[in-house]
Amino acid sequence: MNRTLVVIGHGMVGHRLVEEVRERDPEQHWRIVVLGEEPSPAYDRVGLSAYMTEATAEELMLTGQEVHRDERVRLRTGVGAERVDPRTSTVLTTAGESIHYDALVLATGSRPFVPPVEGAELPGCHVYRTLDDLDGIRAASEAGAEGVVVGGGLLGLEAADALRKLGMRPHVVEFAPRLMPVQVDEGGGAVLGRLVGELGIEVHTGAAVDSVREGTHGGVSAVSLTDGTVIDTDLLVFSAGIRPRDDLAESAGLERGQRGGFLVDNSCRTGSAGVWAIGECAAVEGRCHGLVAPGYQMASAVADQLTGRGDTEFGGADEATKLKLVGVDVAGFGDAHGRSDGALEVTYANNAAGTYAKLVLDDDASTLLGGVLVGDAETYGTLRPLVGKPLPAAPEQLLFPDAGGGGGTGALPEDATVCSCHNVSKADIAGVISSGQAEDVAGIKSCTKAGTGCGSCVPMLKSLLDEAGVVTSNALCEHFPQSRSELFEIVRATGVKSFSELISRYGTGRGCDICKPAVASILAGLSDAHILDEEQATLQDTNDRFLANMQRNGTYSVVPRVPAGEITPDKLITLGQVATEFGLYTKITGGQRVDMFGARVEQLPEIWRRLVDAGFESGHAYGKALRTVKSCVGTDWCRYGVQDSVSMAIRLELRYRGLRAPHKIKAGVSGCARECAEARSKDFGVIATEKGWNLYVGGNGGFDPRHSGLLASDLDDERLVVLLDRFLMFYVRTAERLQRTAGWIESFDNGVEHVRAVVVDDVLGIASDLEDAMARHISDYTDEWAAVLEDREKLSRFVSFVNAPEAPDPTIEFTEERGQIRPAPIDLPTPVVERDREFSSEEVSA
Amino acid sequence: MNWQRICSESDLPTEFGVAALVDGHTVAVFRTATDEVYALGNVDPFSGAGVISRGIVGDREGEPTVSSPMHKQAFSLRSGQCLDEPETRLPTYPVRRRAETIEIAAS
Ligand SMILES: Cc1cc2nc3c(=O)[nH]c(=O)nc-3n(C[C@H](O)[C@H](O)[C@H](O)COP(=O)(O)OP(=O)(O)OC[C@H]3O[C@@H](n4cnc5c(N)ncnc54)[C@H](O)[C@@H]3O)c2cc1C
Ligand code: SF4
Ligand code: FES
Repeated sequence: MNRTLVVIGHGMVGHRLVEEVRERDPEQHWRIVVLGEEPSPAYDRVGLSAYMTEATAEELMLTGQEVHRDERVRLRTGVGAERVDPRTSTVLTTAGESIHYDALVLATGSRPFVPPVEGAELPGCHVYRTLDDLDGIRAASEAGAEGVVVGGGLLGLEAADALRKLGMRPHVVEFAPRLMPVQVDEGGGAVLGRLVGELGIEVHTGAAVDSVREGTHGGVSAVSLTDGTVIDTDLLVFSAGIRPRDDLAESAGLERGQRGGFLVDNSCRTGSAGVWAIGECAAVEGRCHGLVAPGYQMASAVADQLTGRGDTEFGGADEATKLKLVGVDVAGFGDAHGRSDGALEVTYANNAAGTYAKLVLDDDASTLLGGVLVGDAETYGTLRPLVGKPLPAAPEQLLFPDAGGGGGTGALPEDATVCSCHNVSKADIAGVISSGQAEDVAGIKSCTKAGTGCGSCVPMLKSLLDEAGVVTSNALCEHFPQSRSELFEIVRATGVKSFSELISRYGTGRGCDICKPAVASILAGLSDAHILDEEQATLQDTNDRFLANMQRNGTYSVVPRVPAGEITPDKLITLGQVATEFGLYTKITGGQRVDMFGARVEQLPEIWRRLVDAGFESGHAYGKALRTVKSCVGTDWCRYGVQDSVSMAIRLELRYRGLRAPHKIKAGVSGCARECAEARSKDFGVIATEKGWNLYVGGNGGFDPRHSGLLASDLDDERLVVLLDRFLMFYVRTAERLQRTAGWIESFDNGVEHVRAVVVDDVLGIASDLEDAMARHISDYTDEWAAVLEDREKLSRFVSFVNAPEAPDPTIEFTEERGQIRPAPIDLPTPVVERDREFSSEEVSA
Repeated sequence: MNWQRICSESDLPTEFGVAALVDGHTVAVFRTATDEVYALGNVDPFSGAGVISRGIVGDREGEPTVSSPMHKQAFSLRSGQCLDEPETRLPTYPVRRRAETIEIAAS
């Protein structure tokens, strides 16, 4: 029996429905066709703001996207539903196709509401809902310019913060007398207004947009408000509420709720047999829900019905919300405004600290009904699940658990919902912890989905782990119980100079391929000794041991530094001559250098002798170190360039060359916002502005590509260099082994904000220490290859065989392709060689 | 046994490896922290490249090891056994020290 389920809308809720049906229908009764009007498959809209500066579209993709490979599911992105005809049970698509359904689920979400003001349709007016919308806003943003957000609710504040992160000067216009009027009461609104103002967002409450003025260029030029204020701006974001997308109701003859939305009963059924509506487009018993948690509950109820698990109903919604603005904690939950009969309010305001908290209790003060938290919403996680439950402790103990007992996760009843996005209870989480299925937050996430929605419950997951006594290990490997950053501090504080001393004092055994190179890198960062000095040499990975990258057949590539990719014709010719002479394969790489491949160990010194004589030095392609600073041509040649990106890139590459780090570091400098050097996909990226440089940090290519986030803007040359010195040293000191800058930044609670606080604002007071450390690195720099060429002892290791130093390795063979060498295919030896016998060294070495 | 001189002891630093050519076979010779000497085949069975001598010498739960620099599998220096994929083993060669030189028995 094969029936067709058509889902209209591949948003958060539509996607959840598809996943739940797939999960509960192993016999595959349903074939599923999903129509999604947006060009990309469902993504985490709740986390959308992160897309502005931190996250990539891929990172926002929801889990379960393997639907693409599931034969049962046909996902059509970029195709909308145009009409629904319940009489013939068909959906007509915008691609002109007609699809028959046995069951139909509408999950079309909502559209942003744009108030009918004059000029609201001009170019320069945006809404805030999809990836495309954010791309548009980013492209139109201009650092330093004013931007206006219409609407001071949850989304409006997120949008304003996004503009701020793009370097703009945001204004928020809110019609009500306070921000977030739905979630927050008057007392909380006052504190919130102050906190938001401190972020640099200008707040205009009690005012509305009167008109939007058109400039000579045909787009928005200014906005005038009903209180007479005029703001010159050409960027406007409307975030003044949402309206359910129920346009399909007409053609389908479906009833609408009084305030819009497909009218459905408690089981999410419309009046038409076999047609359901879920998520923001559904008016359940007349009421729409604008949050993801109720949408997920609806999806689960409908999946139950479709897969024959009975008539599960939508159980009502948890309307709790928490603002996701760093530095501005706001949460409202339950009956935040105390509207229930006889509700009592307990309020704590601390004007000095800028915090406000209110609990709403029932008439005999025994049951929690709701609350508002502003300025410090740490207790949100424990309070929200208590709504409707008897108070486990006095209100003040719940609000200030640190001040003495009562609060924290311990106070939560077992059946309390810890993750409301995914409806996961405390008992569910305790279960996966005690059964050993989950050992850390990541484990809880993958077992229960808790924490993978809005993320507000993650701190709770941590404290549940703590409560269960799970200790998360950050040991480097079996030899060291410490993490890399801890070892760095130990080495720095104790002045230990060798691996042997370190492991005998702080570790066990003799080390391995994990801890040895990590310690080598720490030692390299703290002393000026050559990396191949004595015991140091034995710690190095083969790349560092031969100062060259080992390639697939055991030969090495040779990569001289070409700072910022600028090279004279003479030097290019030298590279060509060296490659010809030694029969090397050459390739220009993505890092703007010339790589030469196929060198045998014993050839490396001769090759480098030629290169060093011609003025080249090591490019550190082999090290976990600074690689290249890519550059465009900037003001030198480009007609768009506004700063000299080439000189800056050369200066930075030479400044940080040889810097050993937990992971390789790549960088880029672009001469204008056109970004030809792709600086934002690098560990640090510098982009010229009319006024100086914008500094971005934490990007990378590779397996998990990420865009960097803005650290500071409009810097002059000197300030740029100072901030980079501090940033890089801070990273070198505190990151874990093989942790890239992106992951390192994410490991802080506030991400790039925290890095900014340390690097720019120097809240830890370590800036000058970091600068001094970098100054030492720079003054101690010597070319590693030049040093090896002068040291007979080190040179003596560059031999093919210790007993036949010149004999080429017989296992290395080449063939030819496109006029150059390449490694010959290798026959793998049979794994177990029977003829030799086991041999213990004691037998013979005694 | 046919012992061949490979190098002097001072050519083989502690916790290091060198490659040697013995009757057309490539051999990796190592010296551990406790001053034991071992010889294994130099060809990494997973990639076919002659690189084992360039691996990092250490230990796993006390068993002296070298990890292949190619893809980091660890091999026991005593038995040649791959500790990550036990079906694979490197050949081992008899090795000894005599009069401050290191010697390997070829066949
Ligand atoms: C910036 C932002 C932050 C938010 N933060 C939070 C938060 O912190 N907490 C929270 O709970 N909620 C938050 N929300 C709201 C949350 O994202 C929504 O409640 C949730 O996405 C609703 O899911 P949905 O599937 O009903 O609608 P959507 O996710 O909007 O999906 C509907 C999809 O249907 C498509 N569609 C519409 N009509 C058609 C058609 N005719 N044919 C084909 N496809 C169609 C749309 O293009 C869209 O892709 C936030 C929303 C935004 C925009
Ligand atoms: S980034 Fe700007 S200055 Fe640099 S090459 Fe591109 S357009 Fe020219
Ligand atoms: S409450 Fe949103 S992810 Fe858990």
